[in-house]
Amino acid sequence: MSMDTDQLIRTLAADNEHHARPIGLSLMLALLAAAPVSMLMFFTELGVRPDVMTAMHNPFFDLKFAVTLALAISATAVSLHLARPEASLRGFGWWLLIPAGILVAGIGGEMMMPQRTPMMTRLVGTNSRYCMSAIPEMSLPLLAGALYALRQGAPARPAVAGAIAGMLSAGFAATLYASHCTDDSPLFVATWYTIATALVAAVGAFAGSRVLRY
Amino acid sequence: MRERDDEWTGLMRSAMSGDSAAYHRLLKAVTPVLRAAARRGLARAGQPVDQSEDIVQDILLAVHLKRQTWDSSAPFAPWLFAIARNKLIDTLRRRGRRIFVNIDDFAETLPGEPAEQTASAGEVAAQLQTLPARQRDVLQSIAVDSASIKDTAAKFSMTEGAVRVALHRGLAALTAKLREQ
Repeated sequence: MSMDTDQLIRTLAADNEHHARPIGLSLMLALLAAAPVSMLMFFTELGVRPDVMTAMHNPFFDLKFAVTLALAISATAVSLHLARPEASLRGFGWWLLIPAGILVAGIGGEMMMPQRTPMMTRLVGTNSRYCMSAIPEMSLPLLAGALYALRQGAPARPAVAGAIAGMLSAGFAATLYASHCTDDSPLFVATWYTIATALVAAVGAFAGSRVLRY
Repeated sequence: MRERDDEWTGLMRSAMSGDSAAYHRLLKAVTPVLRAAARRGLARAGQPVDQSEDIVQDILLAVHLKRQTWDSSAPFAPWLFAIARNKLIDTLRRRGRRIFVNIDDFAETLPGEPAEQTASAGEVAAQLQTLPARQRDVLQSIAVDSASIKDTAAKFSMTEGAVRVALHRGLAALTAKLREQ
């Protein structure tokens, strides 16, 4: 049996009525499906910090959520962009600078305020080891979901697309983690959250280079 | 070139809104251009050009299965050539060759004459044999026997919906098998 190109074209045209779900919707559904797993990990292992009601009045506690949500949202937007075959980071990568910008502004703000603890103490914090393991662990279900949905796409550079999927997963996982962690200094966030995000991005790049090829 | 690109974009818009005839015309129109580019790419990489038809079929399958990533407000040609470039690079990489794909082979304004089919393709046909019987029967009926979905449904005592599902799954499975090769 053979299949010449005209026959293939006729077959593809016959399948024109089949329409895949838009990738944005698939990504949202996959993340919603994975979120309960990450939340279960969060509530069984960590939980919200006990003094959360007081902490909410601390602008640096709130800033953590601005940073992590900005990361999650901007990386999601970049992920959806990179799912297109002709897309590249050029002209779109600056989205990822938004969370970094918020963080830099936060560090600047903290510098201008009188501090009771020295800078290095704030940077090192008390939870850095938890932070570096909990964020990646809670990211993994989200990353798996995101990669599953993004397989519908056609990224020119699967490893880059996978890394950005890792960043979006880390953004959401870090949002959960931020409500547990008592280290609120933007210096702590800039150091340990960034390392955790980089770890997940590396896992995403590795996985993406395998599963996002089309 | 400009006119051709606008025509392709228009056909793809119609196709995406459900016009299968426009889709068929579009695929027929892009194929000779893809073929010429695939041949040029193979020649440049020092590969025999008789593999070009396999690449063309690979590109067409990817175009089909990834078409929801096309933004209908954007021109069609850059999207198409991005997929074509990816598939050509992928083919050369799988054959373990150094890659010399010049971006110009799939430039937005592609110069050069469209090419007629001379070589035959074997990979899609070979993978077709490995599909589950139901998918293979449906694909064969539509591709080789030129049967419509309705006729195919009658022939195998299936509903038209089931034929559509088998057709789509068959095409997706075929593409996955080509990639795993």
